[in-house]
Amino acid sequence: MSAEVELDGRWRLHPQVALRPERFGALAYHFGTRRLSFLKSRRLLEVVRTLDSAPDPIAACRAAGVGEEELPGYRRALATLADTGMIVPAEGEAAA
Amino acid sequence: MRLVEEFELGLDAPICITWELTYACNLACVHCLSSSGRRDPRELTTAEAKGVIEELERMQIFYVNIGGGEPTVRKDFWELLDHAAEHHVGVKFSTNGSRIDAAAAARLAASDYVDVQVSIDGATAAVNDAVRGPGSFDTAIGALERLAAAGFEKPKISVVVTRQNAGQLDDFKAIADRFGAQLRITRLRPSGRGADVWDELHPTPDQQRSLYMWLLEHGEEVLTGDSFFHLSAYGEALPGLNLCGAGRVVCLIDPVGDVYACPFAIHDEFLAGNVREPRGFEGVWRDSDLFTELRRPQSGGACASCGHYDACRGGCMAAKFFTGLPLDGPDPECALGHGEGLLAARGADRAIPAPAVDHSRVRPPARVCDENPLAEYLAAGAPVRSGAGA
Repeated sequence: MSAEVELDGRWRLHPQVALRPERFGALAYHFGTRRLSFLKSRRLLEVVRTLDSAPDPIAACRAAGVGEEELPGYRRALATLADTGMIVPAEGEAAA
Repeated sequence: MRLVEEFELGLDAPICITWELTYACNLACVHCLSSSGRRDPRELTTAEAKGVIEELERMQIFYVNIGGGEPTVRKDFWELLDHAAEHHVGVKFSTNGSRIDAAAAARLAASDYVDVQVSIDGATAAVNDAVRGPGSFDTAIGALERLAAAGFEKPKISVVVTRQNAGQLDDFKAIADRFGAQLRITRLRPSGRGADVWDELHPTPDQQRSLYMWLLEHGEEVLTGDSFFHLSAYGEALPGLNLCGAGRVVCLIDPVGDVYACPFAIHDEFLAGNVREPRGFEGVWRDSDLFTELRRPQSGGACASCGHYDACRGGCMAAKFFTGLPLDGPDPECALGHGEGLLAARGADRAIPAPAVDHSRVRPPARVCDENPLAEYLAAGAPVRSGAGA
């Protein structure tokens, strides 16, 4: 599932998702699916918040200061968020 | 630090809260954890309840589990539901279904922010009605039928596991599938009137083991409110947050605005404050002495040396408290059996904390031999109920 998500192009937070910063990272709540996710670092929160200003999610990670060795972990976290509809492609159809 | 450890130290705001809107209920379930029945004259007014909703929005508490009593008997129930939706607070409310007529079902189907949870405690009328009262099974099924007819998608069916229904898990799943519903299975707590019937109703160790296996098999398709985390000591952790979130990531607001550490702990011992205080709910959540204490690192007490402590975290605080066990020891339903020994070791003169608040219309004697002309007087306001030793 996660492995098949293509994290190319511009992405953004789903418009029905709210973020609540916490010490450990953030809560992300999707009012449409009623799904709650935990962003497990403040840096991941920063990445998610700045997704739509970067050409692709990996660029957003680098801009937020994610090191090369940490990128696979961030890629997995973002793929999970994409799978659950928390983040969606910024252009084209509004994915669920 | 693991996420569980972060949560144990508390968050700036709860992940979600339970809010019981009224103590009034048309049913009188024998295991009601809030001892509901009669409305309390001090219940929050519509304006006060709306103020709470606005506070939840400011704190970014994304959803609230509304219960009671039967919340739909409040005259302003629909008004409060609309207010929550306008203020981006998602609602899941629990109901016995008695007020979900065709119009209510249609209204719910048209709403984006509302989730409905219909309670049944038996997969057959016989098993359900013995606990929830005559006709209550048909009432609940009728509500599910009307919700389905109105096009309400994926309601929840909420089941408290008892010794009598533990063998019906597949049947509950079949009922849920029939209505396109999601099954939610939670633990019987010895709270409220549940304290009176817990000995007879709580699952046997064999049933607990089967339940654990069943939950593992069904994974995230069945909701549990993470209420069986104590069973993770059997081996593999169950899905969800395996910790006691009381006062750390969850809490309860009761109908009169009292804030308790969790929905299963309506007792002065776990009362943190009231939303009517000048500091409001947010102040109670952030600064109350009780919640501050609960967020301190816990030692594990008598469980600290157990190799399974990381899995079960000592179990449920309320289950220990209301069965008269020490809070820093094993859960009464400890998967390793340490609770049973402690329960058996309690003397006949054991003091079990009585619920602080009781709105039962009639409180039936726990046992026939408890019937006593003075029972009413003894029960009223008595801080401690001695355990029935007979």
